[in-house]
Amino acid sequence: MKVTEKDVKYIAQLSRLAVPQAELEIFTEQFNQILNYAEIMKKIDTTGIEPTPYVLPISNAFREDIVKPGVSHEAALQNAPAVEKDGFKVPRVIE
Amino acid sequence: MTKYITVIGLEVHAELKTKSKAFCSCSTEFGGVPNTHVCPVCLGMPGALPSLNKQVVEFAIRAGLALNCEIKVFNKFDRKNYFYPDLSKNYQISQYDKPICKHGHIDINLDGSEKRIGITRIHMEEDAGKLVHNGATISSSSSSSVDYNRAGVPLIEIVSEPDMRSAEEARAYLENLKAILEYIDVCDCKMQEGSLRCDANISIMPEGATKFGTRAEIKNLNSFRALVRAIDYEVERQKAVLEKGEEVVQETRTWDDTAGVTKSMRSKEEAHDYRYFAEPDLLPVELDEAWIERVRAELPELPAQRQARLMQDFGLPKYDASIIVATKAMAEYFDEAVKTTQDAKGIANWLLGDVSAYLNNEGITISEFNVTPAHLAELVNLTKEGVLSSKLAKKVFAEMLKADKAPKTFVKELGLEQVSDESAIIKLVEETLAENPQSVADFKAGKERAIGFLVGQIMKKSKGKANPEIVQKLLREALG
Repeated sequence: MKVTEKDVKYIAQLSRLAVPQAELEIFTEQFNQILNYAEIMKKIDTTGIEPTPYVLPISNAFREDIVKPGVSHEAALQNAPAVEKDGFKVPRVIE
Repeated sequence: MTKYITVIGLEVHAELKTKSKAFCSCSTEFGGVPNTHVCPVCLGMPGALPSLNKQVVEFAIRAGLALNCEIKVFNKFDRKNYFYPDLSKNYQISQYDKPICKHGHIDINLDGSEKRIGITRIHMEEDAGKLVHNGATISSSSSSSVDYNRAGVPLIEIVSEPDMRSAEEARAYLENLKAILEYIDVCDCKMQEGSLRCDANISIMPEGATKFGTRAEIKNLNSFRALVRAIDYEVERQKAVLEKGEEVVQETRTWDDTAGVTKSMRSKEEAHDYRYFAEPDLLPVELDEAWIERVRAELPELPAQRQARLMQDFGLPKYDASIIVATKAMAEYFDEAVKTTQDAKGIANWLLGDVSAYLNNEGITISEFNVTPAHLAELVNLTKEGVLSSKLAKKVFAEMLKADKAPKTFVKELGLEQVSDESAIIKLVEETLAENPQSVADFKAGKERAIGFLVGQIMKKSKGKANPEIVQKLLREALG
């Protein structure tokens, strides 16, 4: 399966990225290179091998259920582009 | 007209009763000034790393066992990627292909017949923040304000199989689920506050069809009543669409409780394309059998077991027992009350009758009920012992609602003791017979009904205090 410019545009949209036309071509090419590599790997016989989402042989890093103070209200809102009713003001949510 | 079958599956989100959030140490406390229980992790600051709260896993195991699930020894977290203002990181940490629990069920009982509703899976995830719209509704708002206090609060999502065929079945499932979550104390289950939330997947198909119809997902169902109304509305809407020869669109719809309709909720966002992948900032969870077995051993009595116990130990009818165990607080009230009375059925009658009527009327739950279990038990005892007639017991109960004092106090204060003294009652009987010769004649002529009138007259004379059984007995004796 070959990645097309349309796919790249769709992925850019999902990621909220504006990609200029010139870069679309570059990304399309690069996406295909990545998938080509996956195609090569697909040739390896993986029968009986469990998927490996983690490479380290460790699990269970837990934290105890204890409340600790976070950041202040003011600090939390310091980077907000706009503030309204003690919250982060955002534009209209639905069409 | 074609007959249709309704197919319903529910997705229930339950906020877990942990003290701190799922992946950071911020408080989970409800309410408060917006953005005061926040830190770099739940605000989604670059570089902040999540750290899993052990209690979340403990609660998820407990819920899984109580809902008859298989607990998956190996489970892991994934990122669900989407843009929405209440999601600070632009992804939600959830579980995708390896959830902690699978294949459970709840047995529901409707009109005496039992039905098993499958539970597909339970997974752990984090809640999103809260959007406060500056207009009256989401649609009429030009902007919104985001509060991240709730962002990162742990949830379990309980996904049912599409096994329900009516709004009543969906309601019964949700009621059972809520009771179980309350009993095992993992969620406070306040639908109005949003600590228990329900989405319904609804579709219809012509009778005899083997393939389910296209479903709509209904959100914003924050009461049992909303669930039932939304299902009823949505089924009719889909029928109308099909009858017109059109097709049901797969979409998310929101329930408008005021208008009583579901509305299409077209978001600015793309079609659901979450691009799940394993959360690289968290290690997988590997449970050992000892942990699971410890949680199993510590499971409290569940509603179904409690119902069986009430039926067996106290001889309650199934119906009474099922209503009492439906909420943990009611069941505890019952258990407390029967400590001081032998008359369990008497307690059940009050709870199902006047007490429930009062609670519904006031819009409160039994935890807020001001009459103590011991006082209700005393009232039952006074009735049982014949000190109070059932009519006077209701009068005392009405007083107890105003001020919770021992019923005996009210009996004294109001001079309500039932009169069982035969010498006092015989006087009333004689008076009444003398005053109503016609009724006496009617009775002697074989009109059995006349006796009811005479009893009524005697009770009236005693201001309701004469023991009705003794009145009956003495009256019949006097009439020969």
